[in-house]
Amino acid sequence: MTAVVEPAAAAGEVGAARRRKEDARLITGRTRWTDNIVLPGMLHLAILRSPHASARIVSVDVRPALRQPGVIDAFSAADVADVQGSLPCAWPVTEDIVHPVRPPLADGFVRHHGEAVAVVVARDRDSAVDALEAIEVEYEPLTPVLDLAAASRDEGLVHPDKGTNRSYTWIFDSAQAGTGTDVADAAVAAEVTLHRQYIQQRLIPAFMEPRSVVVDPGMGEYTIWSATQIPHILRVFYALLTGVPEHRIRVIAPDVGGGFGGKLQVTPEEMIAFFAAQRVRKPVKYTETRGDSMLSAHHGRDQIQDITLTATRDGTLTGIDVKLVANMGAYLGLVGPGVPILGAFMFNSIYKVPAYRFECVGVFTNTTITDAYRGAGRPEATYAIERAMDDLADELGIDPVELRRRNWIKAEEFPFTTVAGLVYDSGDYDAATDKALDLFDYAGLRAEQQRRRDTGDPVQLGIGVSTYTEMCGLAPSRILGALRYAAGGWESASVRVLPTGKVEVVTGTSPHGQGHVTAWSQIVADELGVAFEDVEVLHGDTRTSHKGLDTYGSRSLAVGGVALVEACRKVRDKARVVAAHMLECSPDDIEFTGGAFRVRGTPDAAKTLADTAFAVFAAHDLPDGVEATLDADATFDPQTFSFPHGTHLCATLVDTQTGHVTIHRYVAVDDVGKVVNPLIVEGQVHGGVAQGIAQALHEQAVYDDSGTLLTGSFVEYTIPSAADLPHLVTDRTETPATSNPLGVKGVGEAGAIASTPAVVNAIVDALRSYGVDDITMPCTPERVWRAIKRGGAS
Amino acid sequence: MSVDVDGSRYVDDVEPRTLLVHHLRERLGKIGTVVGCDTSNCGSCTVLMGSADGEQHSVKSCSVLAVQADGTAVTTIEGLAGPDGALHAVQQAFHELHALQCGFCTPGMILSAVDLLRDNPAPTEAEIRAGLSGNLCRCTGYQNIIRAVQSAAAALQGAATAVLPSEVTV
Repeated sequence: MTAVVEPAAAAGEVGAARRRKEDARLITGRTRWTDNIVLPGMLHLAILRSPHASARIVSVDVRPALRQPGVIDAFSAADVADVQGSLPCAWPVTEDIVHPVRPPLADGFVRHHGEAVAVVVARDRDSAVDALEAIEVEYEPLTPVLDLAAASRDEGLVHPDKGTNRSYTWIFDSAQAGTGTDVADAAVAAEVTLHRQYIQQRLIPAFMEPRSVVVDPGMGEYTIWSATQIPHILRVFYALLTGVPEHRIRVIAPDVGGGFGGKLQVTPEEMIAFFAAQRVRKPVKYTETRGDSMLSAHHGRDQIQDITLTATRDGTLTGIDVKLVANMGAYLGLVGPGVPILGAFMFNSIYKVPAYRFECVGVFTNTTITDAYRGAGRPEATYAIERAMDDLADELGIDPVELRRRNWIKAEEFPFTTVAGLVYDSGDYDAATDKALDLFDYAGLRAEQQRRRDTGDPVQLGIGVSTYTEMCGLAPSRILGALRYAAGGWESASVRVLPTGKVEVVTGTSPHGQGHVTAWSQIVADELGVAFEDVEVLHGDTRTSHKGLDTYGSRSLAVGGVALVEACRKVRDKARVVAAHMLECSPDDIEFTGGAFRVRGTPDAAKTLADTAFAVFAAHDLPDGVEATLDADATFDPQTFSFPHGTHLCATLVDTQTGHVTIHRYVAVDDVGKVVNPLIVEGQVHGGVAQGIAQALHEQAVYDDSGTLLTGSFVEYTIPSAADLPHLVTDRTETPATSNPLGVKGVGEAGAIASTPAVVNAIVDALRSYGVDDITMPCTPERVWRAIKRGGAS
Repeated sequence: MSVDVDGSRYVDDVEPRTLLVHHLRERLGKIGTVVGCDTSNCGSCTVLMGSADGEQHSVKSCSVLAVQADGTAVTTIEGLAGPDGALHAVQQAFHELHALQCGFCTPGMILSAVDLLRDNPAPTEAEIRAGLSGNLCRCTGYQNIIRAVQSAAAALQGAATAVLPSEVTV
């Protein structure tokens, strides 16, 4: 017996648990992280950061640093005032959004702990870091604005010149949009009203590879390596912000060690490294420390959510009214204002509800900016609605699964236009839930829960339910335009057929752990009848891949994978003509079956892609008008989002004497549509669920009263280790998406979206008999214990 | 200082404050070993270190001064495979069981697992979770890492069967 399940190649590559091509380098240390890059004459950057959350910069003197050994250059905002401009926000969600200038190097004021103030360029990293101490900065500390609710009431201003901390107010109202009725009417008629306030704590994406950037100014052409999710977007912004023509900028994302949205940013450090390279005319490198990363890389979540559900006594939802206050941090990030807006379409989740209103106020505080973190708006929305559904079930005395079942869209009702105006193309919530309940032994655990309640067991058992959907496949360009996002949501692919029949694929997606090289190879193998091993996938270098919109929002397969399929089919159409010529028949008589072009009815008369590739290469005998290439490009712009869904069930054991929570059982049944590689899909679910559990139990970015980030390292910001996480039971149902030819939906964010409410619901469920109806995340033993003692919400 | 790394001897003058991980990366070109934090929490920089002719054990090379490695033998991820390129059982299992995604923590995770299995050739799931708790991974949720270590343990013991990716539907 072998240790592996062999992929079912005969049945096609798509769907097979192919082991990843990426692994060979990664398990042997032959990696290409940005920090590994060493160029002749390369210099090193270190950045002096603000110790204050809010201060006026009285003076900066970098001259003492210039006298330190090994130092080549030192500069602050004054030295780059003419060039540094403002970092971009690509998603100004309202016409009148308040959008303060955000210089890469703080100019006149610092507005959060860790903001970059001055720079040293030196021969080596240690010399640069040492010389930072010689820089003299005089600050006049100001009172920071830290409390989000107070900030939303303009109690103290982050940007006094703007006169308000409120960046924007964004409203969706189903009555006005014509997608539903008025929540005010629903409120008047409500038999039951449930109001809750939930706090989405601030999180830090905490990718394992610290960010790093190398800028080589070359001879008027800039080559930039960056640990980024978005090499293509970064290139555009480098061109727009520096004035260097776009065709003289090459951005490379080499091996990138995780992102989770945290590397979906145009950063001060990337711009500062560029200015430094321009000044010294030599390559420069900046690699952040973990401490720098915690302070400066964008944070995520951080919302106050007020949600009101109205329903009938039998549990039929009649309205959802949501008011959000979303913490932007000190400035607007690349897509930061849009993050809560992505959630706006998800509070109604899988439920049929006639009336919906959503209002979000984006608010500045003297903290690190917030922006996309795994799920970006959708985990927050899912948390609120799924917590509230469990609370409503408790209030009505209805089983939480049954309450959901009474409200969700039935399989036969798809396509279904939701109250938020989206058209869900497919799904089967009963199937996923029934499978999850079965795997979980729901009835057995409910009986165990009752037994523990009856016997007054100090360790109580709770069951948490989370039935979720999400919008993936970001995104239809027209919808993005309507939402005032600056760019589109298409993706591109190029397929090049080499003379010997090997295939090179260029994708506009930019993987950083997701296994695109493997999955894309599987797709091409099936589409073109070539071996999995005979496909190479190129990505993340704007010289080879000039066109793309990169990787985030569970978009890569659902958009980029579809572009790849379309490019392959164009290749096939070209090869069909050549094969027909070689087989002396009409192209109409050729069918592509069994991985080859065959004459219909005479399947032994066949040409492979390699046969046609060589014929094209030689070009001795091509049909008239046929170009000597099989290569093809495709760009796919989705017409709608895709909507993965699923049911996650969590059982917790809560020690009522210590507040300690143990995850006793966790079942995830996800429906991500068709699956290209089940191994990769399962891995994405594991990782997503782990991050969602981490939000529920472990992680929170904390500032003290002076605005100092207290969780500035992995000592205080406790991402879970193997010892902190449970075994997960994962399974799938498969309802293909009807909105794309692959039938795929996306999987990168699902686990993180579904799991957090499942865990917290389970903790609250364990403690309802103690009068607890909420615990503010993360549900640490102390918070759980205090909630029990208080007999109510913490 | 003199240190044997992955079978080759390196003799260098180093600053007293230089950490072993920086010596490995910046002087010796051993860039397979990476730095993930500055508080010795993440374990990404884990290597094996010991006497030249004796046992090696995992250390976080950010928590060792380069001069402390004087006279020792160090194995990094780049030296773990056999001279013929044959993967170590732990490397092979990480590949087979999809125990890595971005791969940044992987060198440290693999070397910690190698050390764990030397100390405890047949660990339980709980022992693996505890044994690897000094190595952080943000991608995998650790589940496939646990499976891989179980599978490698079986392979190293010459067992006829190994762990299957049981929840994968193929």
